[in-house]
Amino acid sequence: MARIVVITSGKGGVGKTTVTANLGMALAQLGYRTALIDADIGLRNLDLLLGLENRVIYTALEVLSGECRLEQALIKDKRQPNLVLLPAAQNRNKDSVTEEQMKFLVNLLVNDYDYLLIDCPAGIETGFHNAIGPAQEAIVVTTPEIAAVRDADRVIGLLEANGIKQIKLLVNRLRPQMVKANDMMSVADVREILAIPLIGVIPEDECVIVSTNRGEPLVLEKNLSLPGLAFEHTACRLDGQEIEFLDLQSYSRGPLKRLRRFFLGSSTN
Amino acid sequence: MITEFFERLFLSNKGSREDVKRRLKLVLAHDRSTLNASTLEKMREEILLVVSKYVELDTDSLEFSIRTDSKMTALIANLPIRRILKDI
Repeated sequence: MARIVVITSGKGGVGKTTVTANLGMALAQLGYRTALIDADIGLRNLDLLLGLENRVIYTALEVLSGECRLEQALIKDKRQPNLVLLPAAQNRNKDSVTEEQMKFLVNLLVNDYDYLLIDCPAGIETGFHNAIGPAQEAIVVTTPEIAAVRDADRVIGLLEANGIKQIKLLVNRLRPQMVKANDMMSVADVREILAIPLIGVIPEDECVIVSTNRGEPLVLEKNLSLPGLAFEHTACRLDGQEIEFLDLQSYSRGPLKRLRRFFLGSSTN
Repeated sequence: MITEFFERLFLSNKGSREDVKRRLKLVLAHDRSTLNASTLEKMREEILLVVSKYVELDTDSLEFSIRTDSKMTALIANLPIRRILKDI
């Protein structure tokens, strides 16, 4: 029986899909059969972040209408056999699927996988409710910014009202230098305000954009970047392992450190 | 202008972190205490039912609302009474 986790946030653009793609790939690398479900109908992006956009033939909608079997719609990742993606339809909108239909899709998958990660759309309307319907657990993604935290708080309330009690926090796009300069909330600040347990902290990094440009999740890199490492740790924590959070301050790239690295090479991080 | 220059030189920049924490805590206290519309409507109907057992209300000039300020949230109801019902 799979663990069904919804990745949500309320606010758009804080990194839900990036988290789903990387967390999913990391779980698959740990050996778990992982299925990713893109619930953002009409504005799907999970296929892009995984670099699987050219392999989308059938989507969840065709499975629901009976046009195809589930196996025909599921895309197996050639880089990691434990990972599959069920893409969303691009030419419809979030009202095209009901909560019951989402639960039906999840039930088709639940016995064959260890983890089902649902990539939730932004907002708190129908699409959101459909995505959280089948979930037992949730990861709320936020950035350390006022609007994202406010929306995350609202979403936590809605999740609790829907009977989801296992809610964990992931703080994305942290800039340790700004925190040090007292111009950004720290992870502790966000945690104190939202009052749910922390499962991951991902630093702001240009390599995230490069990874999406290439359609290669960060956790696949041989030389793991800092965000990639942070994602791996997050997957381990989801799995129940206790892993200390990285001291991102000591890794942060001030201009002086960048110069030092340029002259001395990147062995001294 | 000279004083501004010296102020910026010697007074350390406090940063905006305390601002954002303060503003968030305030706005969340408000957000969290707001009842949603359907709950409020249910509450209203039940309260009116109970009150109508004892008195007849002037339903046209009823007031029923939630008011929040920085200190607390209150449910305000103004129910004009037409007449008191006799005990059955």
